[in-house]
Amino acid sequence: MIGADKRTGQVSHFWLHLFLVFFTVISTYPILWVIVVGFSGQQALAFADVPADPGFLDRLRAIMPWPQTWSLDNFRDVLTEQPFLTWMMNSAIIAALTTVLGVFLACTAAYAFSRFQFPGRKAGMMSFLVSQMFPGTLLLVPIYIIITQWLGLGNSFIGLVLVYSVTAIPFCVWMMKGYFDTIPIEIEESAIMDGASRQVIFFRIILPLAKPAVAVTALFSFMTAWNEFILAATFLEEEMKYTAPVGLKFFVGGFASQWGYFAAGSMIISLPVVLLFLYLQKYLVSGLTAGGVKG
Amino acid sequence: MAGIRFDKVAKRFGDVSVLEDLDLDIRDEELMVFVGPSGCGKSTALRLIAGLEEITNGKLFIGDNVVNNVHPKDRDVAMVFQSYALYPHMSVRENIAFGLRIRKMPDEEINRHVDDAADILGLTELLDRKPKALSGGQRQRVALGRAIVRHPSVFLFDEPLSNLDAELRVQMRAEISKLQHRLKTTTVYVTHDQVEAMTLGHRIAVLAPMGAEKKTNLKQVGTPLELYDSPRNLFVAKFIGTPPMNILPVTVDSYGDSVHHAGLRVPLSEGLKGEAAAYRDRPLLMGVRPEHIGGREDHRDWHDPVSLKGTIEIVETVGHEVIIHVRCAEDLIVAKLGAHRIPAFGEEIELVMNGDAIHLFDPDTERNLRRHTGD
Repeated sequence: MIGADKRTGQVSHFWLHLFLVFFTVISTYPILWVIVVGFSGQQALAFADVPADPGFLDRLRAIMPWPQTWSLDNFRDVLTEQPFLTWMMNSAIIAALTTVLGVFLACTAAYAFSRFQFPGRKAGMMSFLVSQMFPGTLLLVPIYIIITQWLGLGNSFIGLVLVYSVTAIPFCVWMMKGYFDTIPIEIEESAIMDGASRQVIFFRIILPLAKPAVAVTALFSFMTAWNEFILAATFLEEEMKYTAPVGLKFFVGGFASQWGYFAAGSMIISLPVVLLFLYLQKYLVSGLTAGGVKG
Repeated sequence: MAGIRFDKVAKRFGDVSVLEDLDLDIRDEELMVFVGPSGCGKSTALRLIAGLEEITNGKLFIGDNVVNNVHPKDRDVAMVFQSYALYPHMSVRENIAFGLRIRKMPDEEINRHVDDAADILGLTELLDRKPKALSGGQRQRVALGRAIVRHPSVFLFDEPLSNLDAELRVQMRAEISKLQHRLKTTTVYVTHDQVEAMTLGHRIAVLAPMGAEKKTNLKQVGTPLELYDSPRNLFVAKFIGTPPMNILPVTVDSYGDSVHHAGLRVPLSEGLKGEAAAYRDRPLLMGVRPEHIGGREDHRDWHDPVSLKGTIEIVETVGHEVIIHVRCAEDLIVAKLGAHRIPAFGEEIELVMNGDAIHLFDPDTERNLRRHTGD
């Protein structure tokens, strides 16, 4: 069937699918390229030399993501000859601490915003929202001054953890507050009548019920810290303290152009996030739609 | 066990006054029902006892202690919510045990108490289920279990049956009544349903929303029969009873021994004559319950009944009786007939009214003219 279906008036599935496939290829092509470069065993970004006067086949060969040889050399070298494992470990420590601190701060703050009436409640939520409208790099200079000059935490993990958890708070608080708002107040009142204190209510009733939102918040905090480049590159001075994204840049910055290492490293870095995402997937759907319709 | 006393209690939210000048004594072991239309402050009054709301003015006693500033957990009261408010992530057993666990009771003791409560409520089979795997009635039972397991001195029920279907509601109503009779715990039960109030309450407190000119919400406190037979004011008269009492505007004649309205003349009983004397030639409101108007053949025992004629507009067959709405001049009067004959719509019918059973209300104060014992 070609063209519109006369009976239903809908575009036939063939064209629809062709359209979708086309855009899927466009959006996955760069990722595919990185993967292939990683497995090519070479450091070059391109797989084929294009002659001075390329014909159609030469051009086609140049854009085909297919290397001359397949090899795991890049992965092996990145993990053994480069300090990549150290950087991964640094990233893991920073991301884990950020997640714990970020989730804790976001949950407690969101609970207060959801349940208590206090002066500045609305203004607080609004300022969180407004803070999300500015590009993060705008904060670079003030954050640098606060962390390195005032707190003396430059070139340290603690400084980065602080910055990451704090910058993730606005999104996480909005997320968590929306979820807390859907938990009926009677459940808490019922717990009060049962004799529970605020702490008991928060940790034993509210948090377990908010698991989906906690999962989303945790994933977001983790990803923020794990993938972040600019702040880490600004703060960390010693090569041994680099996080993985900063380390990656090391391969292709300035005088180096080890695209093979870069590609292999990128894939290794994205692995934990992908695994975490898969693990938390069942919570994510319910967490992200929370507050829309209460089921 | 303990009684509860409201002493001139008021509750205001900012400028909005919800409860004013509430004086009420709830006796030990009594089942007191707060009933009234929405906005009458009945739930607020309950939440004041629970300690979930702060008292603006006056004193609240549980037992001999003023509890105005006592934290809910130290008041020894348990509450059942309309929405059940179970903890969704805990099993039935954990739900019931939660209050005991908070109080650091040893495990064996907790288990014994939970098993006892589950046994009383027929929940033994369901102890390991989560609330979402239970039906509405079962969830309500778990909420009850959570309350009784602590053996508190006071139970508070906030419209606990309004989320259940009609059949289950009647069944649970009976169970709550039985449970209270067995445990003899002082209970305050809030409902907007006057049938529920009448069937459950040892005594009933009828509350009305705070109006601009009213001094207090409390319209009357009494046993179900007292409220039904001797309503102190128009509000209680209209609120208690289904179908509700007929209210007709009447004028007292110049001798003060009868009232008349649109061709209807009702002679007054000896007791009412004295009270009506002050109202000669002035308007009053007359109240007659539907069961005091009926077919002549059903009520041969009525002494000197008043007859009235009208056209039937609505017929509701209940089974043991027939409720009819009859148009008499400009008024629509509700009456009850025996089930032996179902009349037709539009039929002309002759009815009798028991003149001894009427109530007269002052149109300004809405007070019932009849003197009551205990006034």
